Amino acid sequence: MPKTISVTGNLAAAYAAKTANPAVIAAYPITPQTEIVEKMADFVESGELKAEYVRVESEHSAMAACIGASALGLRTFTATSSHGLALMHEMLHWAGRARLPVVMPVVNRALGPPWNIWVDHTDSMATRDTGWIQFYAANNQEVYDTVLELFRLCEDPEVVLPGMVCLDAFILSHTSTAIVVYDHDEISGFLPAYQPGHWKLDPDDPMANGNIAGPEYYYELSYAIHEGFEAARKLIPIIEQDFYKRFGRRHGGFINAYRCNDAEVILLAMGTMGEEAQLAVEHLRDQGVAAGSARLRVFRPFPVKEVQALAAKAKAFVVVDRSLSYGHAGAAATEIRSALYRGTHHIPVLGFVAGLGGRDVRYTDMITMIQAGFKAADKGEAGADQFYGLKR
Amino acid sequence: MVTIKEMPREEYIECGHAACAGCGATIGIRHALKALGKDTILVVPACCTSVIQGLYPLNALHLPVLNVAFMTAGASASGVAAGLRYLGKDKEITVMAWAGDGGTYDIGIQALSGAAERKTNFIYTCYNNQAYGNTGLQRSGATPFGAYTTTTPTGKREFPKPMGRIMAEHDIPYVAVICASYPRLVFDTYRKARDIVGTRYIEMLTPCPTGWRFPGSKSIEMGRLAVETGAWIMWEKQGEDWRFLDRSKLIAEGKVARRPLMDYLKPQGQFYTLLRDPAMIEQFERWVDREWDVMKRRVGC
Repeated sequence: MPKTISVTGNLAAAYAAKTANPAVIAAYPITPQTEIVEKMADFVESGELKAEYVRVESEHSAMAACIGASALGLRTFTATSSHGLALMHEMLHWAGRARLPVVMPVVNRALGPPWNIWVDHTDSMATRDTGWIQFYAANNQEVYDTVLELFRLCEDPEVVLPGMVCLDAFILSHTSTAIVVYDHDEISGFLPAYQPGHWKLDPDDPMANGNIAGPEYYYELSYAIHEGFEAARKLIPIIEQDFYKRFGRRHGGFINAYRCNDAEVILLAMGTMGEEAQLAVEHLRDQGVAAGSARLRVFRPFPVKEVQALAAKAKAFVVVDRSLSYGHAGAAATEIRSALYRGTHHIPVLGFVAGLGGRDVRYTDMITMIQAGFKAADKGEAGADQFYGLKR
Repeated sequence: MVTIKEMPREEYIECGHAACAGCGATIGIRHALKALGKDTILVVPACCTSVIQGLYPLNALHLPVLNVAFMTAGASASGVAAGLRYLGKDKEITVMAWAGDGGTYDIGIQALSGAAERKTNFIYTCYNNQAYGNTGLQRSGATPFGAYTTTTPTGKREFPKPMGRIMAEHDIPYVAVICASYPRLVFDTYRKARDIVGTRYIEMLTPCPTGWRFPGSKSIEMGRLAVETGAWIMWEKQGEDWRFLDRSKLIAEGKVARRPLMDYLKPQGQFYTLLRDPAMIEQFERWVDREWDVMKRRVGC
């Protein structure tokens, strides 16, 4: 029977992993992810989950061990955050390029120095080219559901890629809400056992993975990864629809759009800021202002067509990034501009960098940003990106 | 000890591999794999064997091979071992990490130490050619004192760290330090290691004609000179029991004398700067004496 429990975002991720029934977990603790790996240890040591748990000595080793286990054709899980993700970076490429569908929650946290344990998206944004599917969740139920959906997506024979579910430090990771959870048996129809169709380590059918491939092969192997992402692009709505049919919940596909149909200005953001934006929109709508909000749930594969479609009726976009690519702009703003430029509807895109290192971004701030978006719409241009709330 | 005739005829590394002529590591893996047999999974970090196994889409190794990142041999093998345990196949299938000295002494020591501390059920081989061979001979933590490398052009100033003893101090069930120039010993060591449960560390000196600068036809001879002069000591530790092996045992027992160190240093180009400096040669000799003292105390003779 589905159960309703009150848990943090971290525990939602851990319960989802338990529901998915992984064979091997390899993990290393880092604030604010620790609760996930602690709970997984509880599940394994209490016998609730029959899995091998490798308590490795670093995040680099965590992903390396996941790679080793996944190469046997086994479902594999880990979780990390911030510096842990940064240390893992080499192995993120390795899992992507070896086509191993490891699933990993990433609790988005700022990088040091100075030490800062609060929310910031720079950690996962820095990994966008590593061959990992990226989802960003906005509530604990979505964390739970997305972990299950991601196992299904990543293990699909057309995809076979690793994937991360990103959740905001503390705002989600340490905040309890009620969520519905399932036993493995209840979801096994949705998430069947992983059947590696491409390759695995097997003495009865010995194959090598990763030996030197020169320029005559490397390009095609890279393109094959790109094809995996394109397959994921097709499957994401299908898998979400199947999840909805079975469990009655969906979270918006690529983009969770709120009152965008007749919106003149749309605020786009990721993670919890994307959900907070709905409050701003409600307040503005109450005043008769045609605002909308759109939360990017999927960053890789990037929803180019969906962003273009969203722009078709709007006059301007406001993009709020909780990350900064120094010397350029926020990551989402950059990608959204790129998507629009490839389309036919070139509306102004006003970029805001906000909330770095966990600074609060409230709906009132977003109202101010949307109002600036209306000015950009009137002028027909967005101007330079703005650093919202910067104290100088 | 196994005779050459008794060794299995099966080859797990094919001719057509991409090693340098006379490669000691390739001689070593050939006999190691004969001992381990078909039910073996290899985990290979960046090292000469990344190249030796040949170019995609072919592979000279007739075993499942997971190539992994440089510093991860111990960790990646931990994942494979955990997966095999989950599948209940950990008794029938041997996991062997096969790493070079750079991947072991330097960049990979953390992952290896962690794997040993977790009592990971696998064999870790450090095939030691005493430098970063794959990248064109740079200094590693295993490079001998005085040796020329491209990053120590006037000779290395430090002695290698005692990696075998460091692993023995991890209290793992089996440690062996051997040399590829003794194929029968190599075979017996791997056969013994295969049937032990837990972390097994085997370090094999693998003479490198390209790096050490001697003719490829002299690889076996060069490894034997290392052992016969005492510059390389072969030993094993099983449980609490330390033993010298083969020729090193005869030396320790006083049945044969150590040949002069110069017999080993002189035929190699890698010691050309050292050989010009009698004080450095003397320092090297003192280090060899000390290594024997330390090892004799461990063995208890």
